[in-house]
Amino acid sequence: MNGARVEFRGLRRTFGATTALDGLDLTVAPGELIALLGPSGCGKTTALRCVAGFETPDQGAVLVDGDDITHVPANRRDAGMVFQSYSLFPNLDARDNVAFGMRVRKVPAAERHARASELLELVGLPVHGDRYPHQMSGGQQQRVALARALALEPRVLLLDEPLSALDAKVRVTLREEIRRLQQSLGITTIFVTHDQEEALSVADRVAVLKDGRLEQSGTPAEVYDSPATPFVAEFVGTMNHLPGRLSGSAEVEVLGQRLPVQGALPGTTDVDVLVRPETVLVSPSPDGAALVVSSSFRGASVRLRLRVEGTEFLADLPGHDATRYAPGDRAAVRLVERPVLVAASSTVAAPEAVAAE
Amino acid sequence: MAALTPAVLPDVDAPRPARPRRVRVWRGVVLAVAALYFVVPLLASFVFTVNDPVRGFTLDAYLEIFGAEGFVPSLLLSLGLAAATIVVVLALTLPAMLAVRLSAPKLRPVMEVLCTLPLVVPPITFVAGIGTVLRWGPDHLATTPFYQTVIAIQNPAFPVVLVIAYVVLALPFVYRALDAGLGAMDVRTLVEAARNCGASWPHVLLRVIVPNLKSGLASASFLTLALVLGEYTVARLLGFQPFSVWIVTISGANAAMSVAVSIFSLLLTWLLLLVLSTAGTNRRSRS
Repeated sequence: MNGARVEFRGLRRTFGATTALDGLDLTVAPGELIALLGPSGCGKTTALRCVAGFETPDQGAVLVDGDDITHVPANRRDAGMVFQSYSLFPNLDARDNVAFGMRVRKVPAAERHARASELLELVGLPVHGDRYPHQMSGGQQQRVALARALALEPRVLLLDEPLSALDAKVRVTLREEIRRLQQSLGITTIFVTHDQEEALSVADRVAVLKDGRLEQSGTPAEVYDSPATPFVAEFVGTMNHLPGRLSGSAEVEVLGQRLPVQGALPGTTDVDVLVRPETVLVSPSPDGAALVVSSSFRGASVRLRLRVEGTEFLADLPGHDATRYAPGDRAAVRLVERPVLVAASSTVAAPEAVAAE
Repeated sequence: MAALTPAVLPDVDAPRPARPRRVRVWRGVVLAVAALYFVVPLLASFVFTVNDPVRGFTLDAYLEIFGAEGFVPSLLLSLGLAAATIVVVLALTLPAMLAVRLSAPKLRPVMEVLCTLPLVVPPITFVAGIGTVLRWGPDHLATTPFYQTVIAIQNPAFPVVLVIAYVVLALPFVYRALDAGLGAMDVRTLVEAARNCGASWPHVLLRVIVPNLKSGLASASFLTLALVLGEYTVARLLGFQPFSVWIVTISGANAAMSVAVSIFSLLLTWLLLLVLSTAGTNRRSRS
């Protein structure tokens, strides 16, 4: 089983007044797991459905290994799909569900049963072949759906938020298994998700979409550490906006520190400096500049909400430091010395609430 | 999220208060009243058919039915019409409803109104229209091949025109039954999953939709069967003799037998419905 190269070329698709895809260009390398990430309505699912053949783009083309498949009917495409909602056929047991595609292709019964059992074993359900969908948990159903998608040995695997209906623990184990399976099979995989943590943790490459266009694509570390646009910076991870002043050619003054600027400069000297909560260094200090407004403990880390001269921002500290900061305490803050992204100053730059994720 | 709502979660494990005694009493009363309403006329009819004023208990009335002239042909005609109607109405509505659900959801209200329309047209009006067309046809189509068609659909041995009429009359019931069945499953996802596995459209319909729509299909079939077996107006006025018309014809001659025939047809209909419903629900255990 080898992965195919998938290319989106200038895909456009509108539904009435809404534009789902607005000229999407993206190439997925063979054997790569790419995560399409974006807020709801950004066109990521539409893009995936164009590959599966459930949507036809108004303009542009989808190419698999250089062949234009834009107008190939869905049942003749070489792509297995796992859906967001539970999609197993309720009248068939797990084994027959996995074997459905082989039955369509008239594979002999003995052969398809053997292959279905093999696939069920692969997804970790070796003894569940006789179970009907209503007898299985959500996670098990999605595993069977994954086995079904792989049954015809497709060269492209399409995952449409397959984990969003599952509870947190199952979600994490299943996504790791999907990743392990994908790497061992070497199948090109397009993983649609709105969960940035999911995207960052499993993908070879993350493509962030906004309003039907590609905003940035790169490795998880690139997207997180050097977001190409303020939107990406905002969407992937949490971002603080701190007021700063540009000084010199490529430096910005923020919280009394001078930091090098990375990326484009806005026209003004007053800017917003974008800073990750984990790059804010906090130390207890009775006469520090910052006031601890609130603190929320998250086990491994603690997130503090701090205020300096009327600006509120968030800082993430190791969880064992939680007891050192109580609301009302004063603390000294410093930023990690590294290039920062700046954006045109916006007066409504309140960071999200401490409790929000 | 959990941090925001610690104390207000309802206690799901709280024992449900026992149902008040009064409710249970009323249930019994309602059941008894309903049973009286349905059972008394049936029982009275049955007693009437088996109680001969002179000879006491006798089953003659029932035995007579089977010997009566026209019983077998009219019954077979009704069953044949019912079978044909069920096949035609399902073959027409199911693909249409699927297509509307999948690719033109905006047309759903239109389809709903169209399918419900036969309910508001009285059968007498309906049959007057059909009669007019059937009379008009031979006069105006005499020189065309359609002339033979108009004659053929009125063949008394198997009047296709009745099937056509019954398909229209059954539409509202079939639409409702199938709509409820389709509403209970995620049609789009199942269809897309099947298409993704390489299934052609007929394969999707027969191997994915039909097996998962059994109860909907069964209830659509019951309702159509019951409708066709009991339909009188259209058949009578167009001059055909299915079972319902035969019952009315025969009832003039022998009072006890006509009531016996009614009870017999009731039992027959129940039996058929039972067969259909078990066929519709019990197939899963086989695999």
